[in-house]
Amino acid sequence: MSPEVAVDRDRCMGSGNCAFHAPGTFDLDDDLKAVVVDAAGDPADALARAVEGCPTAAITVTPGGEREAPVEPDG
Amino acid sequence: MRSVCVVGASLAGSRAAQTLRSEGFDGTITMVGEEPHRPYDRPPLSKQVLAGDWQPERTALSAGLDDGLDLDWRLGVRATGLDLTARRVSLADGTAVAYDGLVIATGATPRRLAGTEDMAGVHVLRTVDDCLALRADLDRAPLRVVVVGAGFIGAEVAATCRRRGIEVTLVEALSVPLGRVLGTEIGSLCGELHRDHGVDLRLGTGVEGMDGADRVERVRLADGSAVDADAVVVGVGVTPATGWLEGSGLVLDDGVVCDETCLAAPGVVAAGDVARWTHAHVGEAMRVEHWDNAVQQGAHAARRLLAGEGPGAGQPYCPVPWFWSDQYDRKIQLAGRAGLDAEVAVVMGSLSERRFVALYGRDGQVIGALAMNWPAQAVRWRVRIADGVAWDDALTEARAGDRP
Repeated sequence: MSPEVAVDRDRCMGSGNCAFHAPGTFDLDDDLKAVVVDAAGDPADALARAVEGCPTAAITVTPGGEREAPVEPDG
Repeated sequence: MRSVCVVGASLAGSRAAQTLRSEGFDGTITMVGEEPHRPYDRPPLSKQVLAGDWQPERTALSAGLDDGLDLDWRLGVRATGLDLTARRVSLADGTAVAYDGLVIATGATPRRLAGTEDMAGVHVLRTVDDCLALRADLDRAPLRVVVVGAGFIGAEVAATCRRRGIEVTLVEALSVPLGRVLGTEIGSLCGELHRDHGVDLRLGTGVEGMDGADRVERVRLADGSAVDADAVVVGVGVTPATGWLEGSGLVLDDGVVCDETCLAAPGVVAAGDVARWTHAHVGEAMRVEHWDNAVQQGAHAARRLLAGEGPGAGQPYCPVPWFWSDQYDRKIQLAGRAGLDAEVAVVMGSLSERRFVALYGRDGQVIGALAMNWPAQAVRWRVRIADGVAWDDALTEARAGDRP
């Protein structure tokens, strides 16, 4: 299950650092702020670099499994 | 390795500590910091905090708040010496910290102007205490501020002061602000930004001296003129904080000299403003004073320490340097390197509309990209530079895609 990724638009200063580290997850919109285009768009380590590389700590990631346990199909 | 000492409790040191823990290191981590404060973020100091929009508490870094990291804090005490053989750091309070691994992240110290070090009303801006002292002066309106040095710190302080309605005179010894960093054309544009916002910009002249009875009242310039000042901010660069390492046996040359992996000696790594390492892709020794480098190099140095001391241990540290500066309503972002000797081409937008992308090239390769108010393009070119792109290919590609 993919994580939930959110950008606090009040904090975001449009550095673009997230879109550099995790280009499949983040893009920049017309207001020069980051938006999430696909929460599952990058491997976990790339997403982690985006989170720690955010100059304003505007990105939060909630691991997907925490909210409700997914039922895995057999096989 | 059972114990790590991190000297310098700011961004690079914090990231090193966080990375040690996230990589599974469960030994002792001692964080030594000269400032009495838990780690905080410096970029807002010249912007939101100085403007009065933020209280300083908002700049706290997560490493300082997160007790889950189990860090042993030694704050408000300076490191005074290093014994490489005994693996021991001595502190100003007479105590010492023994280590198996050492992270040097002591940053840099702002340069001051000779004869003004102790003059009231003359500021530098590096620490949160510097910021609050300056902010207290700015709160005493009406006010005229002289900013010495039109580099990025000086430019941001000038912009913040203008936003507060304060008269600003910006003095720069070079004939073009940031000319050596960004080139003549783009540096000139940065100067125009200040003049457009009512800054009295004095180029090509240094500071001769400052006068005042109890505190600074006037700045005398080398061109013979004088400017009244209620407060002065000196932003003329920084010196790597390596004084405590003199005689330790580490190689010091405008920073702590490291190999390609950020290793300075067996069991010793350096990160952030203080570290001079050899960039394996560029083939040059460099020292980078940017926020992003402190983050990435702090993490890299921690992993290097964990990789051990055998031959071939550790990965080379090969980032594309990256930074931003917010001045007035413009956001400047530079990926890679620029420099006066680089070829420059504006490939998207235009200087006149103050929204553009400029590429910097050397030896047929793109080495840097500067974007003004165009973060998406800053990201795009940062990726291209990381991958490596030939100058001619980049010009063709950029001009073909010059659409907002």
